[in-house]
Amino acid sequence: MGIKILTEFIDLPDLNRFEVYRKHGGYEAVEKVLKNDTPDHVLAEVKISNLRGRGGAGFPTGLKWSFIDKSTDKARYLICNADESEPGTFKDRYLMERNPHLLIEGMILASFALGVQQSFIYIRGELFYVLNILEKAISEAYAKGFLGKNILGSGFNLDLYCHPGAGAYICGEETALIESLEGKRGNPRMKPPFPAVSGLYGCPTVVNNVETLASVPWIVKNGGEAYSKIGIGRSTGTKLISACGHLKRPGVYEIELGLPVEEFIYGEEYCQGIRNGNKLKAVVAGGSSVPILPANLILKTAKGEPRLMSYESLQEGGFETGTMLGSGGFIVMDETTCIVKNLWNFTRFYHHESCGQCSPCREGTGWMEKILHRIESGQGKMSDIDLLADVAKNIEGNTICPLGDASAWPVRSTVRHFRTEFEKHLIEKRCPYIK
Amino acid sequence: MSLYKVTIDTIEIEVEPGTTILNAARRIGGKVVPPTMCFYSKLKGSGGKCRSCLVKVAQSSEKDPRPMPKLVASCSTPVQDGMVVENITSPEVVEARKAIVEFLLINHPLDCPVCDQAGECDLQNLTYEHGLSSQRYEEERITFERIDIGEKIQLHMNRCILCYRCVYVADQITGKRVHGVLYRGDHAEISTYVSNVIENDFSGNIIDVCPVGALTDKTFRFKSRVWFTKPMNAHRNCSKCAGEVVLWESGEDILRVTGRKDQYGELEHFICNECRFEKKKTSDWIIEGPRKIKHSSVISQNNYEYINPAENNDGNLGIT
Repeated sequence: MGIKILTEFIDLPDLNRFEVYRKHGGYEAVEKVLKNDTPDHVLAEVKISNLRGRGGAGFPTGLKWSFIDKSTDKARYLICNADESEPGTFKDRYLMERNPHLLIEGMILASFALGVQQSFIYIRGELFYVLNILEKAISEAYAKGFLGKNILGSGFNLDLYCHPGAGAYICGEETALIESLEGKRGNPRMKPPFPAVSGLYGCPTVVNNVETLASVPWIVKNGGEAYSKIGIGRSTGTKLISACGHLKRPGVYEIELGLPVEEFIYGEEYCQGIRNGNKLKAVVAGGSSVPILPANLILKTAKGEPRLMSYESLQEGGFETGTMLGSGGFIVMDETTCIVKNLWNFTRFYHHESCGQCSPCREGTGWMEKILHRIESGQGKMSDIDLLADVAKNIEGNTICPLGDASAWPVRSTVRHFRTEFEKHLIEKRCPYIK
Repeated sequence: MSLYKVTIDTIEIEVEPGTTILNAARRIGGKVVPPTMCFYSKLKGSGGKCRSCLVKVAQSSEKDPRPMPKLVASCSTPVQDGMVVENITSPEVVEARKAIVEFLLINHPLDCPVCDQAGECDLQNLTYEHGLSSQRYEEERITFERIDIGEKIQLHMNRCILCYRCVYVADQITGKRVHGVLYRGDHAEISTYVSNVIENDFSGNIIDVCPVGALTDKTFRFKSRVWFTKPMNAHRNCSKCAGEVVLWESGEDILRVTGRKDQYGELEHFICNECRFEKKKTSDWIIEGPRKIKHSSVISQNNYEYINPAENNDGNLGIT
């Protein structure tokens, strides 16, 4: 197994307790930084590390931090986006549940680097027990002087709050999250202005994913240079992959970026192949919103090179023959899966979660779901396939926030790669996978 | 402050920094103005939702790091210096707008023959100018119960396109926040809090800002088609509002009273409920004369202002 940055001690019982975490090197990065470092130095280390946002978009974290508007005397805020609700993604929950102090430490460091005095963890509403774990950990950190006023005598103040959402996927979009945190309806905002200029309560705000922030302590402790040497090319460091579906051994794995996809699926250390010795049919590599790929294209790129688990390699071939690393929700389907039904399920999710603010997404997601339901239940007709692809095309790029794109990408890619499956449904007037 | 130079459909214009693309286009006027269904210049925060004002930014400024070309909502995107915008000259925009019209119509009941708004409906005009002549949607439409918002206003949610304009009116003009949006996605609906009444002197303006027939005046309901009524400018001395209105007359009767709308279908002044609902006698008003109506509007029947066909079809509501 490769290097472990986030999950080294994750199997220790009681790691969520302050003493256990502290015993294994916890909060050493905070101590080191608060005693003899400047915020700019922390920012520089994160920049050198080439750490990229782990929530899905893969935007360089250091760059995001440097966008924050330091010209105003307004307060600045850091928000941890823990509203993980993408189907197939469950890595942040695992991390917060097992190792809440790692996230808290990352947030202290990030807040220090950004000059933030109030930070928030916006956690998905359904994860109520994780909220309890986090709150307990936060109160421990307060008691030990790592949060609150004058942390470790350095003069740096930080208050950290947890805020549970009410169970809306859309609140994982950063501006909808900010609206929700302000107590409003969770509708995404128009951009620009971007949160770095005008975010929470109109103040400069940085929103980072749980895994991104949890990577910061290691970077601070070992240096950005060391982090940038892990991984491959511009995909540095490690990534948590939540593998699910028809695997022998599904679960959350921390991998070094650049691991071949084939090794991840079939390797002994990882997922150990497909259940019951079945054949691999398709993989959704980065959470339900990224394009689905058939077995041949996920294992090898269109050029015939082995596909790697990295931002660049998975994007190889664009959306025609490639996909995205996304949030790391790795959904594997074997030959017994009805791809149309799977797509219907995904689309039903996006229909349910669309906020209804802008028309293409509000109307289009429902339309796609209804067409797919019709095809799956044997009521469809041949023209539905092109109609479906066309509706998806009309949503893509025309919406306020990325939820529209997220609903369109799976539809367009499934039609592109699995057209014959749709045709089978339409010719047989039933789902061929229902025995 | 130095002005920004923007090119919209090959026409150059200089505007102040912070101006939106839409407002820059309105400065030029005519055919380059994108249609709007949700944006309302007098309501803060409106816009960005319907996406019918999408335009293509072919080139932004050097300072803007965002990748272009890209379709953006012109009502909420500020111009950059040197920006090149394509509206009707871009086939992509025309296609996207067609798609938006289709999306807006799939859950719209298309009950124009019995809808009070017909003839002065923004969605009707938008569909006529940019839409398709047939539809591909064959699924069941989402339906809602009709709701009375007080004695004078009826909400017909089926027709609503969720532009949020009425929400902003309730929020910004009427002071008390009792009107908003419930639920999510295509089941989202306009609703009022606790009781179904907005008891405020300016609540009637939600009828005028509604681009479709979702919010209608119950005192006018089913009395006449708008194109059979005569619009007359009139005013009265009102202690609450400007008192400048349009009377929609049939013979000697005033069938309804509305605010005056400009060329983009936006109210010049918000008017109070007393002017709107209570003053239905000619003696209440000082009549100024007939309201000028553009040729392209169906309301212009027997009242042609312009004969020049070049004035047709310019994307405006048709009331000036």
